Amino acid sequence: MTVNIKQWPGTALATRDLEQGHVLTVKYKPRAEYAWDAGVAIARYLEELKAGRLIARSCKQCDRILIPPRMFCEECFRPTDSWVYVEDTGTVNTFSICHVRWDVVRLDQPQLPAVIHVDGASPGMGILHLLGEVAPEEVYIGMKVKAVWEEASRRQGSITDIRHWKPWKEE
Amino acid sequence: MAKVAVVGAGMTRFVRRAQETGRELSWQAAKMALDAAGLRLKDVDAVVIGSAPDAFDGVHMKGEYLADGSGGWCKPTLRCYVGGGTGVFAPIQAWYHIASGRFDTVLVVCEEKMSSCHPHPQGAFLTIFDHTTERALGPNLLWIFALEMNRYMTVHGITKREIAEVAVKNKRNALDHPCAQLGANLTVDDVLASEELAWPVNRLDVSPASDGAAAVVMCSEHVAKRTSPQPVWLEGVGWHLDTAYWTNRDLYYPQYLEYAARMAYDMAGIKEPRKEIHIVEPYDPFDYKELHHLEGLLLCKRGEAARLTVDGVTQRDGDLPVCPSGGLLGVGNPIAAAGLMKVCELFWQLRGEAGKRQVPGMPRRGLAQAWGDLMQVGTVVIMGI
Ligand SMILES: [Zn+2]
Repeated sequence: MTVNIKQWPGTALATRDLEQGHVLTVKYKPRAEYAWDAGVAIARYLEELKAGRLIARSCKQCDRILIPPRMFCEECFRPTDSWVYVEDTGTVNTFSICHVRWDVVRLDQPQLPAVIHVDGASPGMGILHLLGEVAPEEVYIGMKVKAVWEEASRRQGSITDIRHWKPWKEE
Repeated sequence: MAKVAVVGAGMTRFVRRAQETGRELSWQAAKMALDAAGLRLKDVDAVVIGSAPDAFDGVHMKGEYLADGSGGWCKPTLRCYVGGGTGVFAPIQAWYHIASGRFDTVLVVCEEKMSSCHPHPQGAFLTIFDHTTERALGPNLLWIFALEMNRYMTVHGITKREIAEVAVKNKRNALDHPCAQLGANLTVDDVLASEELAWPVNRLDVSPASDGAAAVVMCSEHVAKRTSPQPVWLEGVGWHLDTAYWTNRDLYYPQYLEYAARMAYDMAGIKEPRKEIHIVEPYDPFDYKELHHLEGLLLCKRGEAARLTVDGVTQRDGDLPVCPSGGLLGVGNPIAAAGLMKVCELFWQLRGEAGKRQVPGMPRRGLAQAWGDLMQVGTVVIMGI
């Protein structure tokens, strides 16, 4: 049947069709603002960030230390058991060198997003964050890193209370 | 289990910006699928609509919005959505409508019109990141793909050059697809020389934003045998979801897809997928994803998919043709419609109707797969004649 169809539907518009007003368009800019509650587990996570510490939750049934922390273990489907401080050091599990914003506008300086496995949490427990104080070409998977904290007076209880993670050598 | 068949398929051209509205595109694809099946809307018992985020269209309750063009008014109609996995999930929904015994004929319509969202449809994706622990870092959608691609490449020692072969193959295959947006004859060097967006991702590693629609008609066994000269049977279906704590799982391997594939293989009675599947249409929004998915589908060993591609095994005339349609990289990526396009392609290929795209050797069984949500849902259908 596909071979017998000569004219497939769907009409492509070119940029000039829009610029020259050949097609009509109605525009709308939504105004929708949200205030997201941090919830029980993440509120404590944010408070501890403000204090310059990373905290996780432990589940004694699967013996995991979970970060980001959560009040229930999604695998055991039971409440998690206790709060556990973890280190502000870790290992780069993967990273990117990002040159564009979400709307594909080029950035002056590339961003270095990474998944960082946090020391003291269970193996494979990573968080999303940014790398800094390192040349992009020097980043590698397996690199040890340490959190660079915002000055205490400027911390707001946000994931950005860690400015970024920088290369670090274990003593 | 009750047998379910696909008896008709249709689709619009995939374009960057369509003159038609989403409802008009839906109608065009739905009408073509019904005509191909030799059926009319009054023969349809229920309608399944698949469409990705409402935020693309800026239309709330898109299922209702698209329902008239999809033939859904005054019928049992539902809209399903599992992100990018939607296009293959929609025919699975129709499968259980029919396998339940309650419905005989179901029309499946998938539509996406990404061009309505300005300045860039990526903006509609920003809310997939956790609002408290991730969005404050200013992430964009490319991050997760780049992070996953880097992890996959590094664990297996695969190069960008090898991965670029996928983009070259699919865009070339798309030259033979009458609905394709980005068919092209490119070289690996062209891909590597294209603008670097977020290392290791370059512009030509990525599928485009698109407008388009696709549709299929599905029937119970007794209706299919009565009305269709060549039904294509849904032999297996599978779907699976992994954790949304995406930084807590190793991105190098799509474990959830393996579970979805095993579910579908088990239903189809497939023991050796590599030998028993003759055509594969895995989800390829980025070139490395085709390789990642071939491994999750157990069609090769982990880390081996790049080698198969470089060796030409996945070419249309190779031993395991992969994306003979041209895939999302070549035909285009109107999210939900792109997944269903792959099901349409299997329908045409298995009936020997794919024209210039026809895979040689009379293939008898194919697999289509889509992927999405927060990069952790896998949807699989296996079709055969
Ligand atoms: Zn547990």
